Amino acid sequence: MADRYDLLVVGGGPGGYVAAIRAAQLGMKAVVVEAEHLGGICLNWGCIPTKALLRSSEIFHLLQHLDEFGFSADNIRFDMGKVVARSRKVAKKLSLGVAHLLKKNKVTVIDGRGRLSGPGTLAVEKDGRIVAELQAPHIVLATGARARQLPGLEADGERIWTYREAMVPAALPKSLLIVGSGAIGIEFASFYRSMGAEVTVVELLDRILPVEDEEISDLAAKAFRKQGMTLLTSSKVTSVKKTSDGISAVLATPEGERKIDVEKVISAVGIVGNVENLGLEAAGVKVEKTHVVANDFGETGVKGIYAIGDLVGPPWLAHKASHEGVVCVEHIAGKHPHAMDKSAIPGCTYSMPQVASVGLTEARARADGREVRVGRFPYAGNGKAIALGEAEGLVKTVFDAKTGEFLGAHMIGAEVTELIQGYVVAKTHETTAEALAETIFPHPTLSEMMHESVLDVLGKRIHF
Amino acid sequence: MPIPVTMPALSPTMTEGRLAAWRKREGDAVSPGDVIAEIETDKATMELEAVDGGTLGKIVVPAGSAGVKVNDVIAMILEEGEDAAALAKTPAKKVAPAPAPAVAQPVDAPKAQPAAPRADGSARAFASPLARKLAKDAGVDLNSLTGSGPGGRIVQRDVAVLQVAPAQAKAPAVPPMAAEAGTLLPHNNIRRITAERLTEAWRTIPHIYLTADCVIDELMRARANLNERAGDLYKLSVNDFVIRAVAFALRKVPEMNAQYSAAGTLQLSSVDVAVAVALKNGLITPIIRRADQKGLAEISTEMRALAEKAKAGKLMPEEYQGGGFSISNLGMFGVKQFNAIVNPPQAGILAVGAGEPRAVVRDGAVVVATVMTCTLSCDHRVVDGATGARFLSAVRGFLEEPMTMLL
Repeated sequence: MADRYDLLVVGGGPGGYVAAIRAAQLGMKAVVVEAEHLGGICLNWGCIPTKALLRSSEIFHLLQHLDEFGFSADNIRFDMGKVVARSRKVAKKLSLGVAHLLKKNKVTVIDGRGRLSGPGTLAVEKDGRIVAELQAPHIVLATGARARQLPGLEADGERIWTYREAMVPAALPKSLLIVGSGAIGIEFASFYRSMGAEVTVVELLDRILPVEDEEISDLAAKAFRKQGMTLLTSSKVTSVKKTSDGISAVLATPEGERKIDVEKVISAVGIVGNVENLGLEAAGVKVEKTHVVANDFGETGVKGIYAIGDLVGPPWLAHKASHEGVVCVEHIAGKHPHAMDKSAIPGCTYSMPQVASVGLTEARARADGREVRVGRFPYAGNGKAIALGEAEGLVKTVFDAKTGEFLGAHMIGAEVTELIQGYVVAKTHETTAEALAETIFPHPTLSEMMHESVLDVLGKRIHF
Repeated sequence: MPIPVTMPALSPTMTEGRLAAWRKREGDAVSPGDVIAEIETDKATMELEAVDGGTLGKIVVPAGSAGVKVNDVIAMILEEGEDAAALAKTPAKKVAPAPAPAVAQPVDAPKAQPAAPRADGSARAFASPLARKLAKDAGVDLNSLTGSGPGGRIVQRDVAVLQVAPAQAKAPAVPPMAAEAGTLLPHNNIRRITAERLTEAWRTIPHIYLTADCVIDELMRARANLNERAGDLYKLSVNDFVIRAVAFALRKVPEMNAQYSAAGTLQLSSVDVAVAVALKNGLITPIIRRADQKGLAEISTEMRALAEKAKAGKLMPEEYQGGGFSISNLGMFGVKQFNAIVNPPQAGILAVGAGEPRAVVRDGAVVVATVMTCTLSCDHRVVDGATGARFLSAVRGFLEEPMTMLL
């Protein structure tokens, strides 16, 4: 006899658990079915533990520049075991926090793998056995995504890593080849370089962080090269061979073939959706390019089956998944939510320097046929940045020349991942250059650069 | 103090409405959100919800009253604990001296006219800075718009899909009807608005007309074939194919998907096709939004639902306001060809005649083919003859070879 609920969520990541809590708030009897750990990749193997690691590398970096701030210390060393242990402890704490939140909201959590087994029915498997059968008029799929495996570069967990192994190194590898320069590849590159590893990054496209504005990509590349990273763009790995103490890789670069010997390889070449073993085909749910096809409200076209988050496609970001979860559930509850404005989803890369952006890049806006105006303000002109010892970076803004519509912001430098939210609010509320210019920003802060960049568009930049 | 309930502005063009029915009686308890009355707006019947709770103390405007001005008091709600005696103390007709839009201002009136109060009674129009800028550039009063953003905020899309309201009170007064034999039937709102719109369009828009004959034998075969397999899922009409063909053509020739205004040409970003539906007492054009992204079955199902709602007078304003292009099909009445009047601010309308067997010349011989004549009317201020011709030729291409619409 199947247990009956109002809403079932398959997957307890930032899309799924948020959807379940919102459903409970709206008076639904909700369930989360999770096979591994609450909080999903984000909390356990993604956003959060990497931020803990990067915090350690930032501190290490600072310790090496103590003299600049009037300190001296000898014999600065780190214990990789402790660095990793702290990262795991942080992840664990937050995962328990999610369990607590679900309990507080009276959401039932079922341990196992959910699979659509009939109209409105979900079978839960655990260790090869069906442990529960659940029924509900609404089933939200939020099973997320995983690292794409490049043929010939399949991760073995030993010498070829994905983000999972890269997050829990037993020791610092002497040398690393990172394949892919999106946010994930670059964050690991930054972490390992700051900790002292020789890092080479290979990118197929002509610049690193290819989804970012070109100017920001260029500045990031300059900063990383200055730190001693090797960046090979328009390049790819043609073969890898295991050697006695690592990997020997052959790279095709615009300057010709190049051979490189490294201790480890990190593969960060993209994401595929977790669409397998969900019973999608039998249920008639459409899958395209490893992702479930769904509309703005998560509806898949099959009555009662919804999909959100990484499972439905890019951008593969936790905050996008959570927002989709809320919109989907509110839609189910007949609350008429607004569809997510995809042009206002911020993206952050927590490298050193940090990169953050929202909206259209300058090139994209021009390609759309818009007449644009661009504002810039460099970190070198900001008092707070200089006082912090972080005088490198840029705040770039893109506006429509005719209407003053705020189209996008692209930032690189200290704390931009925290600053970007000001621009996200501006974007969501459809601000114009004039309205932002009239806004008062506190002094002395890094945020003043966000103001000055807008003033630059209007020809009113003061401090540079 | 008793709380006045006023006639709301339920659509951008509404200056007055008809109080169709009361759903609560005097003395009934009212909670916020309760439907208290039905209001007939320009083109639809809308439900009026109570904002405040209490008891419906007095109905000021009886059901069936036409021509009730926006912002006139239509009822009074007594707050909890108040008795009916309180009603005597309140002014009967107007809440505040709301500026009547059509009345001439004194010569020395301040330059900025006070904004008309919003439907919710507050004076300020809530709008994003971008919407403000766009409205200002287009010379549009924000208070004439209905917001679709959070909390009814006016956002970019509300201005972008804007129907430019016909200039009010500019038309010369219609002379009183001569005393002739016959019965004078008073206009309903739909008839009045239709008349205003068409007069405005006819007077201000220089029209050009382009006509093409479309051979639709293949379309008829495809339609029969698809309908045979459909079961109860859908039943495609020729008009559903026309909607899809127009949507595809608008994507192919985006210059046709534009609106003229004094400030410039507004190039529309989404393909929204309006389809004229005849009503007992007039005409309405519900819209298939993003028709270029919808399949035939989806278009067909949606069109059917919209037409039914239209006939029941239940269309919501967002279902018939906006749209980038219109289709008017009189084929079912056996009309061979006609010229339609552009529906402003759109730049074009396609008048579709009946598909009928006609003699056509093919390879030097006369053969019988099913032919449907389509006439495109364009706003010549934004659409040149050649542009219109390219558009019409694209429509014909899609209709004659429906396979190409699969792409």
